Amino acid sequence: MTRYILQRLALLPLLMVIYSFVIFVIIQAPPGDFLTAYVATLASSGSSISQEQIEAWRAQYGLDQPMIVQYWLWVKHLVHGNFGLSLEYQRPNADLIGEQIGLTLALALFSFFLTWAIAIPAGIYSATHPRSIGDHILTVVNYVGVATPNFMLALILMWVAFAYFDLSVTGLYSPEYADAPWSWGKFLDLMAHLWLPALVLGIAGTARLSRIMRANLLDELNKPYVVTARAKGMKEWRLVLRYPVRLAFNPLISTIGWYLPMLFSGSLIVATVMNLPNIGPLLLRALVNQDMYLAGGILLIYSFLTIVGTLLSDILLALVDPRIRVGS
Amino acid sequence: MSTEAQPLLSVRDLRVSFVLDEGLVRAVDGTSFDVMPGQVLGVVGESGCGKSVTMRAILQLIDRPGRITKGEIHFRRDSGVVDLVQLSPRGGEMRDIRGGEIALIPQEPMAAFSPVHTVGDQIVEAILLHSHRWQPDRKLSRSEARDITVGLFRDVGISMPEQRIYTYSWQLSGGLRQRAMIAMALSCKPRLLIADEPTTAIDVTTQAQVLALLRDLQARYNTAIIFITHDLGVIAQMASYVVVMYLGRVMEEGPVDDIFHAPKHPYTRALLRSIPSLYGQTRVALPVISGALPHPFNRPPGCPFHPRCPDVMERCSVAVPRLMPVGTSQLASCFLHHEEAEQA
Repeated sequence: MTRYILQRLALLPLLMVIYSFVIFVIIQAPPGDFLTAYVATLASSGSSISQEQIEAWRAQYGLDQPMIVQYWLWVKHLVHGNFGLSLEYQRPNADLIGEQIGLTLALALFSFFLTWAIAIPAGIYSATHPRSIGDHILTVVNYVGVATPNFMLALILMWVAFAYFDLSVTGLYSPEYADAPWSWGKFLDLMAHLWLPALVLGIAGTARLSRIMRANLLDELNKPYVVTARAKGMKEWRLVLRYPVRLAFNPLISTIGWYLPMLFSGSLIVATVMNLPNIGPLLLRALVNQDMYLAGGILLIYSFLTIVGTLLSDILLALVDPRIRVGS
Repeated sequence: MSTEAQPLLSVRDLRVSFVLDEGLVRAVDGTSFDVMPGQVLGVVGESGCGKSVTMRAILQLIDRPGRITKGEIHFRRDSGVVDLVQLSPRGGEMRDIRGGEIALIPQEPMAAFSPVHTVGDQIVEAILLHSHRWQPDRKLSRSEARDITVGLFRDVGISMPEQRIYTYSWQLSGGLRQRAMIAMALSCKPRLLIADEPTTAIDVTTQAQVLALLRDLQARYNTAIIFITHDLGVIAQMASYVVVMYLGRVMEEGPVDDIFHAPKHPYTRALLRSIPSLYGQTRVALPVISGALPHPFNRPPGCPFHPRCPDVMERCSVAVPRLMPVGTSQLASCFLHHEEAEQA
């Protein structure tokens, strides 16, 4: 087991090199560069800038170098923990990301736990009461949840909250706390604002997870070991939780790894729509303005989370399932 | 009447139906039999004749869409006789009986244990659930239950029991797995053991060992066993009394020697003829029962066996023969031997 984890960890740097190259190629791919986009913005506001100035900047930022040289410079700095400078903000990318990462994590984790806390009990109920009224209602809710795009849901909820309850649910803080230092009041304010975006982010995942749980558990409930447990004289709910639920859970554990990066990247559109101060809008803006090192840095973090998440779920699965733990 | 002559379990006119989209399946259709204390009762019949469903009905483990529609199952407890059909399937009294007084040895030892819990853990759980059967005045501790499990493993012939209780079922061989299952079934000193084809999934050598073990344990604890199988050879080795089932009804029952040497019902005779004999002529086709088992949605009217019966009479397709005494020790439901029909 330890050997297996070490092997997987040894593979991580290699994967990161491959990912970083692919990311660099992609953020380089759009025609032009940051300066072209910058000049276009200036031109649209009526100002202009001399060609010499542009060329000087291009040389300063190394944008005139061939792609492979630019990539090499980027990676060289990354290895030293330097994410480079944002071309647009003229500040270190690490600082820009660092400012947002706390809230992004808080929102993602909150949404993750909300998803599991709702989906698992709902799935268990549906599977143990198949074709009951409750199961049918949950099925309809789940299909609607899976089928509704989350930015659409965000817009609808915002409109309902604003039109009928006179509430503004955009952002994560009330105006009076927005720039205030951290305090208990600000924390409570954050919690009051957090649940709605968390729900919007988690709703499709909740619906999908609860369907998977239902299907897995229905399969497990027909297995002979359930009959054995019943024949022992166990209480039904204890039996269901101890045996089939435990087994139905295993396939889900292997999906935990995908959820973390999914929640980060999935929040991009919703966060922009709901004006949430997390990494989503930052990435979108960086991509639009071709602020390539900022975009690259963020994408690299996503990739890293994907790899770590997968490793994490593999380790978790081995911990809970003796067939994998003892077998390997 | 002495208590010895009273049955431990008495099934009367049991009917179990499954309501499916395609129609109603009457899996068990008026089955009656008795199990005496300490007796080994063999139940034989082809696949799908309702053997397993009958046994599940006794334990009240019929899953939806199945339902016990009629009948009584009287079981003698210390506190008196109860009708199991009247008990709530998930209620406390039924759960007390299940595993405690009536235990089940399931068909597939491979899948009958949870693969993510150790076998010892699953047996300890059963012991703790029925802790009063070992220690009437207090709850057993987990370590006491573990010691009992080790002892049970030794009883059923599992070597290195102290280590084996910590293994997972998939780490054990088929024979060991079935031994562990028997240990679990015996873990609460049941009065009645239901063995549902316990040897079909294991190879012949291991099968002989498991049967010998069951005979030995039966003699030692005087547990009554209902032994379900489609293998007449196994019945001859194990049972003292035999019930022959066909399409959810009892065709014939009686002491094992009488059933084998003087079968009354045409179905029993046909079954016995289809056993290959060491002394028979070689290169001669083995007699088979003509026709096929009817589809469960198309039960024949009258006697369920009449479309395949060599001795079929006009009345057989109209009326259902009752199970009546025939000769000194047997019972048969066949108009060849009596005129009594079930009321329509």
